[in-house]
Amino acid sequence: MWAYVVRRLLYGFITVLGVLFLLFLLFFTVANPEDIARKAVGEKASPEVYAQWLENHGYDRPLFVNPEYPTSSLARYTDTLLASHYHDMLTFDFGRSDADDTPISARLREGALPSLLLTFPVFLGGLLFSIALSLLIALFRDTYIDRMAVVLCVAAMSIATLLYIIFGQFLIGKVLRWFPISGFSGDPAVVWRFLALPVMIGILASLGPDIRFYRTIFLEEAHRDYVRTARAKGCGEGSLMANHILRNAMLPILTRVVTTIPFLFVGSLLSENFFGIPGLGALTVEAINGNDFSTLRTMVYIGALLFIGAQILTDVTYTIADPRVRLG
Amino acid sequence: MVWLSNGAVVVVLALASLAGIAVRRNPLWHDAMRRLARRRPITLMALSVFGLIALLDSVCWVGGETGPGSGDAVAAYEARSLLDRWFEPESFRERSYSAPFAAEEFYGAAPLEHPGEHWLGTDVLGRDVFFLTLKGFRVALLIGGFTSLIVIPIALAFGIAAGYFGGRVDDAVFFLISTLASIPSLLLLIALIMVLGRGTTQVCIALGITSWVSLARLVRAETFRLRELDYVEAARALGVSEFQIILRHILPNLAHLVVITFVLLFSSMVLAETILAYLGVGVDGSWGQMIDRAKDEFSRDPVVWWNLSAASAALFALLLSVNLLGDALRDVLDPRTLREL
Repeated sequence: MWAYVVRRLLYGFITVLGVLFLLFLLFFTVANPEDIARKAVGEKASPEVYAQWLENHGYDRPLFVNPEYPTSSLARYTDTLLASHYHDMLTFDFGRSDADDTPISARLREGALPSLLLTFPVFLGGLLFSIALSLLIALFRDTYIDRMAVVLCVAAMSIATLLYIIFGQFLIGKVLRWFPISGFSGDPAVVWRFLALPVMIGILASLGPDIRFYRTIFLEEAHRDYVRTARAKGCGEGSLMANHILRNAMLPILTRVVTTIPFLFVGSLLSENFFGIPGLGALTVEAINGNDFSTLRTMVYIGALLFIGAQILTDVTYTIADPRVRLG
Repeated sequence: MVWLSNGAVVVVLALASLAGIAVRRNPLWHDAMRRLARRRPITLMALSVFGLIALLDSVCWVGGETGPGSGDAVAAYEARSLLDRWFEPESFRERSYSAPFAAEEFYGAAPLEHPGEHWLGTDVLGRDVFFLTLKGFRVALLIGGFTSLIVIPIALAFGIAAGYFGGRVDDAVFFLISTLASIPSLLLLIALIMVLGRGTTQVCIALGITSWVSLARLVRAETFRLRELDYVEAARALGVSEFQIILRHILPNLAHLVVITFVLLFSSMVLAETILAYLGVGVDGSWGQMIDRAKDEFSRDPVVWWNLSAASAALFALLLSVNLLGDALRDVLDPRTLREL
């Protein structure tokens, strides 16, 4: 078991190294530091200002090989952008923003809590609602209710997230006036009023694809032999669903849950910006509009780290949830 | 750009007729398509209409009348599509907003030049919304279609190489796939567009890079299974070259995966573009961009609803048809392996 965990962690680490190399290719070679500097200080800046900016932001080194050192010296390869990129990212030293020189890690720390306040309820609520509803739909399998539900799910999947947000904000915030249209507050007594609307919309937007997926899983389980046996022994439909089908469907549900974690980020990217929540998504949008490459680079890296961590967690949980899974 | 647009039409029509011939020759595929047509007649009809609109907007040439009284010298030298020639947007416009079928402007109530002729009203610049919405079909099909032209060959090449040859090749491809897959796709997409620059081609390339992974993964797993089958073994024992085996025995057995994934990817790419449009890095003329521009009009009082509603309804109609088609295709072609997409 522990050998498996260690091996899985090691592969995760190698993947992180791969992600970092990809980021280096994108942000240092395809968009090279000179372009970034020109966007930051302006086209007409003098060469001194330009060189100073490159130096301040740590871009004043060669990419792969530093010719200032002799061939035998290790510094020839360590005093380069590639090496410092790896070093900074792996030690979580994200440096300063390319746009306004604020330290990126401070911005991340500020944005993490509002983001979590938004995405965690959406994640949890969406999971509970979609599993409960899809169990209910699976109970009505092979009837018109089931068929209607599937069509509704496909229709719900065809609506863009952007439209959920625009129409949700209009209907609930403006017409019904249940909650404020946008804003945020650090005061825990008030903040739920601002979060209620984006959370509701987030859950609603996730229902379509999730219900459809879980329904398929539950139906697949419902045709298994053990279900028939349980029914033959007099088990009621409700307890069958809750005790037998749900438990056996846990593994595919687990996989699904992990694959949706990076999408939480997607959802919050739009709704944070729409509802004025100062989280990580809003920070990303700001970075896009301000040509802030270093912040964007950090966001991609953190997103990937979270995802890789979640994947490792699933794989390990798999071995706990299902004793049949071999540690290979 | 004239040859590009017309060339694309020729390529698409040629590919479509080739696919049609291939389907007709193969009894299994022929049967599957017949069942599909029986299951989803309305969806197929809707999709053909959408395709036709896109086609009308793609066939274009320079010259001809630019419309009476437009006086637009530039327009005379620009390639205009059949759709443009039909609507003549240079003259078929107003000064600013007007409601659907209205006889006067929305603000100020000045009489319109074409009272009652704008079925879906006009936008802030006075352009006909119905026309703009129709033009969006070509953009949406371009986002889905052009991207899949990038995605499918890459995914097939990597997936087959990994699955068929195994060993080191598989290790390398699997590492590449897992690295790309571990970056949340929207963030990767944004990073790619920031780095590559803004524009239609760049968006399509970025969408292609982010979405080939899922297909490659499926192809890899399926090739693993196929290469162990008896007839592949037999072919190998008879000395058929690797290339011939892949071409004759592996590739045809992957065709259904490609078709289904293409349809499912299509809708996810159009959806991703709406997010990009909101972030200001989308494709010009897309519905995402229309929605993004119209979202502030929606909170005005009195509300300017037709811009947003037209783009949303068109987007919904296209995605619904594509999703329904994808569902039916999956049921008809392969009810088993593709549950997760």
